[in-house]
Amino acid sequence: MNRIDQKFKELRKKRQKAFIAFVTAGDPALRITEELVLSFERNGVDIVELGVPFSDPLADGATIQASSQRALQNAVNIPRILNTVKRIRQQSQIPIALMTYYNPVYHYGEQKFVQDAKRSGVDGIIIPDLPPEEAEGIIRHSKRNDMATIFFLAPTSTRQRVRRIVKQSTGFIYYVALTGVTGARKGFDRSNAAKIRSFREFTTKPICVGFGVSTPVQVKAAAKVADGVIVGSAIVDRINRNAGKRDCVTNVSGFVRTLARALKVRE
Amino acid sequence: MEVQFHMTLPDKNGHFGEFGGKFVPETLMAMLEDLEKVFTSLRSDAKFKREFRYYLTEYAGRPTSLYLAERLSAHLKTLKVYLKREDLLHTGAHKINNTLGQVLVARKMGKTRIIAETGAGQHGVATATAAALMGLECVVYMGAEDIQRQALNVDRMRLLGAQVVPVTSGSQTLKDAMNEAIRDWVTNVRHTFYIIGSVAGPHPYPVMVRDFQAVIGREARRQFRTKERRLPDYLLACVGGGSNAMGLFHAFIGDKNVKMIGVEAAGRGLQTHQHAAPLAKGDIGVLHGSKSRVLETKDGQIEVAHSIAAGLDYPGVGPEHAYYKKTGRVEYVSVTDKAAMAGLKLLSESEGIIPALETAHAIAYLQKLARRVRRTSTVIVCLSGRGDKDMGMIKKFL
Repeated sequence: MNRIDQKFKELRKKRQKAFIAFVTAGDPALRITEELVLSFERNGVDIVELGVPFSDPLADGATIQASSQRALQNAVNIPRILNTVKRIRQQSQIPIALMTYYNPVYHYGEQKFVQDAKRSGVDGIIIPDLPPEEAEGIIRHSKRNDMATIFFLAPTSTRQRVRRIVKQSTGFIYYVALTGVTGARKGFDRSNAAKIRSFREFTTKPICVGFGVSTPVQVKAAAKVADGVIVGSAIVDRINRNAGKRDCVTNVSGFVRTLARALKVRE
Repeated sequence: MEVQFHMTLPDKNGHFGEFGGKFVPETLMAMLEDLEKVFTSLRSDAKFKREFRYYLTEYAGRPTSLYLAERLSAHLKTLKVYLKREDLLHTGAHKINNTLGQVLVARKMGKTRIIAETGAGQHGVATATAAALMGLECVVYMGAEDIQRQALNVDRMRLLGAQVVPVTSGSQTLKDAMNEAIRDWVTNVRHTFYIIGSVAGPHPYPVMVRDFQAVIGREARRQFRTKERRLPDYLLACVGGGSNAMGLFHAFIGDKNVKMIGVEAAGRGLQTHQHAAPLAKGDIGVLHGSKSRVLETKDGQIEVAHSIAAGLDYPGVGPEHAYYKKTGRVEYVSVTDKAAMAGLKLLSESEGIIPALETAHAIAYLQKLARRVRRTSTVIVCLSGRGDKDMGMIKKFL
């Protein structure tokens, strides 16, 4: 069984929600990325979303754009990132999904990408500019390799699209909590609760919420209505502010722990 | 009939063979489906067509003339050159054909806010113009470097009531302006219409822009037949994203004996990596919503393009061009910065027409074509824009 499916099965049994942390691979360095992931596991993170940087990340706000640029300046690429995943796998079984854009994957070769990622210990693929309509190849190769294909739902998705996307999505469904790009925002839109409830009509798969979620209060609000919460920019920002410091991993992990706790504490 | 066959492209998913499609975040997908429906119904809507024709004629100044460039032809010896004078249109380039069409679609969809990306500023000016005409709010994204290069157009856009937003991410040129426009679009999709300036972007943009620009070729074909009682041997146009070229080519695609040539920007030379020729040197890839040819690194990262012409300074190209390159229907060649500048001088001195730097690439290729042809041949060049905007760059180069 895929580690992501396994994780949600465990969490459901415990009636818990998943805390999903995003980091850009290679920002500030792959060695730090590796340490961060291992430390995250000890600090309440259930699933790691590992960002494979792209030169033109059009679904991302300023924080992750800048982070991607820094990673690219460090000459990070798919083979080096997969090698980092392999190293993580020697010590940890935390579920890992790669989040990237379609061009690097297409250029690498869809089949080779899925196979190499699987072999390195990756459990899922998230590509924000690849809707299911264009993902026939990725879906086919992923099915063969027990790789989760995580697709997005948005506040603007029509019922017809929701029906199709929940069917194609495996591992979990990524719900974008706002119309916009990634990045910290104030508050958490209340209308998301009704939206997510409306998706349940079509699926029993886990639905996780991301985009604009950056504080413990927002995490808590999102966890009430979803099966998991994804935090990206806020963590990336912490990493950047601590880059080069001796206690970078400790500091960032402390922040991640407060987010994870906000989600696990039951009222 | 051959024309009918080509009219069936793209297929219902927006694919031209393996190219095209919709590679955008889910947030935009429902809107694109909606746009596709609206556009499909408007394409055959008599009232819409009348309205569009009205603005093209009364406001933009269509039809443009098909001018026989006699002194240029005499200079080239083996070519009889006709210039399709899109430079005579309101705002000074073919871009207005498309922005008038799209702004009418936006109005039909009830959108109140217009956004656009621009490189040379021609599309930005044409968009700001169309938005002012319809009384719609307008925001134009422009790379900070291009704002420097094309200051005059920035002032024009502001005067037209548009907000010009400098883009400081990445290479600070057209590619990054388009990233930023897409981010705005994802955020404000409910009330905002994105007027894309070329036959690029996700489906249905490549086909929609092509259809709005196809008036260039339809007119030229009719005008040429009246003058010469036959069809031209060659069509020639510059290709950045490729909208003026596609606009000229489209009506002739089924005319097997009409040879078509698209001219990309070779910048400082194809061997230097400082060019904007994804058809000559790129790979198949995905950028800004569609699969086409792109300039990229060995890791699939998009490379920064270079051209003296800001409007060609883009690492991608419209998917239909990638398709015609693959099928061989259109031949794609390239011309360096230096040769383009020589082309600009040639047309200025021989005909009293200062072309845009983009257009100068097509002019420059005429000299090579003149040496290639075995007998005297006729050619229509799309004179896509006028060169006033480029005087700053030209002065620096000469």
